[in-house]
Amino acid sequence: MITPASEAISLKPDPTERPRYLPNDELPDEPLVIIQPSNLWQFFSLREIWAYRELLYFLTWRDFKVRYKQTFFGVAWVILQPVLWTVIFTVFLGSLVRVPTGGVPYPLLVYSGLLPWIFFSSAILGSAQSLVGNANLITKVYFPRVLTPAAFVAGRLVDFAISCSILALLIVYYRLVLNYPIPLSWNLAALPLMVILLVLLALAFGILASCLNVKYRDVGVALPVLMQLWMFISPVVYPAGLVPEKWRMLYCLNPLVGVIQGFRAAVLNETFPLFALGISAVFTIVLLGGAAFIFRQTEKTFADNI
Amino acid sequence: MRPIIEAQNLSKRYRIGAVRPPYQTLRESLTNAVRIPFRRRGTGSPPRHETIWALKEVGFDVRRGEAVGIIGRNGAGKSTLLKVLSRITEPTSGRAKIYGRVGSLLEVGTGFHHELTGRENIFLNGAIIGMKRAEIQRKFDEIVAFSEVEKFIDTPVKWYSSGMYLRLAFSVAAHFEPEILIIDEILAVGDARFQGKCLNKMQDVGQQGRTVLFVSHNTSAITRLCPRAICLDHGRIVGDGPSSQVVSAYLSAGLGTTAERVWPDPTAAPGDHAVRLSAVRVLTEAGDVTGALDIRMPVGLELEYEVLEPGHVLVPNYQVFNEDGVHVFSVRESDPNWDGRVRPTGRYVSTAWLPGNFLSEGTFLVGAAISTMNPVIVHCLERDAVAFQVIDSIDGDSARGDYGGPMPGVVRPKLRWTTRQITERPVLATVGAGEIAR
Repeated sequence: MITPASEAISLKPDPTERPRYLPNDELPDEPLVIIQPSNLWQFFSLREIWAYRELLYFLTWRDFKVRYKQTFFGVAWVILQPVLWTVIFTVFLGSLVRVPTGGVPYPLLVYSGLLPWIFFSSAILGSAQSLVGNANLITKVYFPRVLTPAAFVAGRLVDFAISCSILALLIVYYRLVLNYPIPLSWNLAALPLMVILLVLLALAFGILASCLNVKYRDVGVALPVLMQLWMFISPVVYPAGLVPEKWRMLYCLNPLVGVIQGFRAAVLNETFPLFALGISAVFTIVLLGGAAFIFRQTEKTFADNI
Repeated sequence: MRPIIEAQNLSKRYRIGAVRPPYQTLRESLTNAVRIPFRRRGTGSPPRHETIWALKEVGFDVRRGEAVGIIGRNGAGKSTLLKVLSRITEPTSGRAKIYGRVGSLLEVGTGFHHELTGRENIFLNGAIIGMKRAEIQRKFDEIVAFSEVEKFIDTPVKWYSSGMYLRLAFSVAAHFEPEILIIDEILAVGDARFQGKCLNKMQDVGQQGRTVLFVSHNTSAITRLCPRAICLDHGRIVGDGPSSQVVSAYLSAGLGTTAERVWPDPTAAPGDHAVRLSAVRVLTEAGDVTGALDIRMPVGLELEYEVLEPGHVLVPNYQVFNEDGVHVFSVRESDPNWDGRVRPTGRYVSTAWLPGNFLSEGTFLVGAAISTMNPVIVHCLERDAVAFQVIDSIDGDSARGDYGGPMPGVVRPKLRWTTRQITERPVLATVGAGEIAR
């Protein structure tokens, strides 16, 4: 009546019967990995990051996909966000307050400032939560940890690229329909450089914020407030030229001034703020090095601290 | 012959702080920095009583194609060893040289996202555990067929049943073929038939020269799958050799999970700032701690804990597994006196009584946890905190009656049966003899 214990787990032949050791001629001479406590002065291994490029792609893809999957407007949000801000700022600052723009139509000025700004702030805010938010990955699988903030920055770069197309349309509209003179010039050739600087700066802050947030959860709370303040000390909704000459040097210490003005100069054919750009570039390199160092130092205890 | 894994003197020290969350607030760090201006924080060797060696001078070699089981009771350092070898955490000292591509499966479905479809999750999870995209593409159809969820492969996994979800996750894992595979307890989920399928699949690959390190509580699975076993206790290797020998030494030394777990040092006990476990015990009806219980008798699962912070609605709960890793049931406290009430600070004992004639015979592992519901916060969770054995002797009044053969099933209830005679004449008797012959 009662069936014998079901053969649910029917295993293949007894493993002890197979040859214990296989020839290991194919083993490499050098170990692929040596596991040991890392020393103090160890930076990211670019070779290792390159080896994990597919994971970077998938993490970026997941971030992008998941972000808009359940929203009604979907990817349209990428465009809606800067467009809505532009409308608001144009109505209040452009038409009511009449911010002096030096001749540039206000919508163009503010949209070309909002693009790098939205990328920058959302990349940093997202990166800050990236390690904590991916705790389940970090405690279960090895990969270069820096990929998590990097994937976040890369995901926002996709947003940035999409909303750049609206900027192109806007410029074409002003040229052809409103006959506003924005000549196509060699300035545009510098655009990739400006974007690279912007991405590296966002990456540096993102890496720093992500690892600090593992140890000090205050960072995630304080950042949104700081970012709002930062927007107003950067030339996002007004041109940098509005700042009085005597304060200009101090103002340019904000690394975003050079980046945003540089971006604007490239797309709107203005003169490049070389001094501010120089400060931004030096700042970016130093911060990237410092952030990488701090990240490496804290990286080894992420899995124990998260 | 050179081994594929050479581990020498691997040690891992953890700092076990006082009762506080593992992360700090900036304010604490700042005030500490002000208070101790001349001492560098976080470096140098911390005071002795604050640290624990999860691994201490662990050394072993693994040859190519070998399958090694790792056993040891909770806190013996098994998981830490796997985490060090998987590079999830760094050793404090020592080194390990690895001559092959390592893949670790410390859980199945790492990185699965509920909003993504089955197809998308296969690629994502594959990439996360270390498969190349081309490799996933090549094995994709096989993975889908293996998981038996073909029809739903383009449905977001949030609509999957938990069984389908696990089957999909397992399928990706089972098709993962690194040279060295590190597996932690992952076979302890899913239904038995599918587990067997995965074990077979993994063994297939094992025969192609894959090296496997396998941690499990299921000592019989270890002896079946791994010719060699390593036994850890308090972070040190206490046994290394043929798995049958190591397993029997481990069982007889009482290193396995026992009927009573006590944490005398509250700072080392599982828990957080709100509550800490003190002890978990398996009790008879008379209140004695025992590891073996008669199937007919009730079993008490006692949880002793300290509430350190008032204001939390705390719900002790248990997860009970059998030795095959089947999750038999979960149960949460349902004492009407405490339902929804916050618990003042103090020391508490909560006991759950399992009725007699309920569980099947065999070994059961109990995970103990204290949580807050809505929203769920798990204050502490100790897997396999205690274990007990249910014995069904043939005395005639258990569900088995006087039958002595195998009786499968995870529960063995004694049910109320009713049988009555409908008529004295069987139907067959009314049918002609000729018809029966036909």
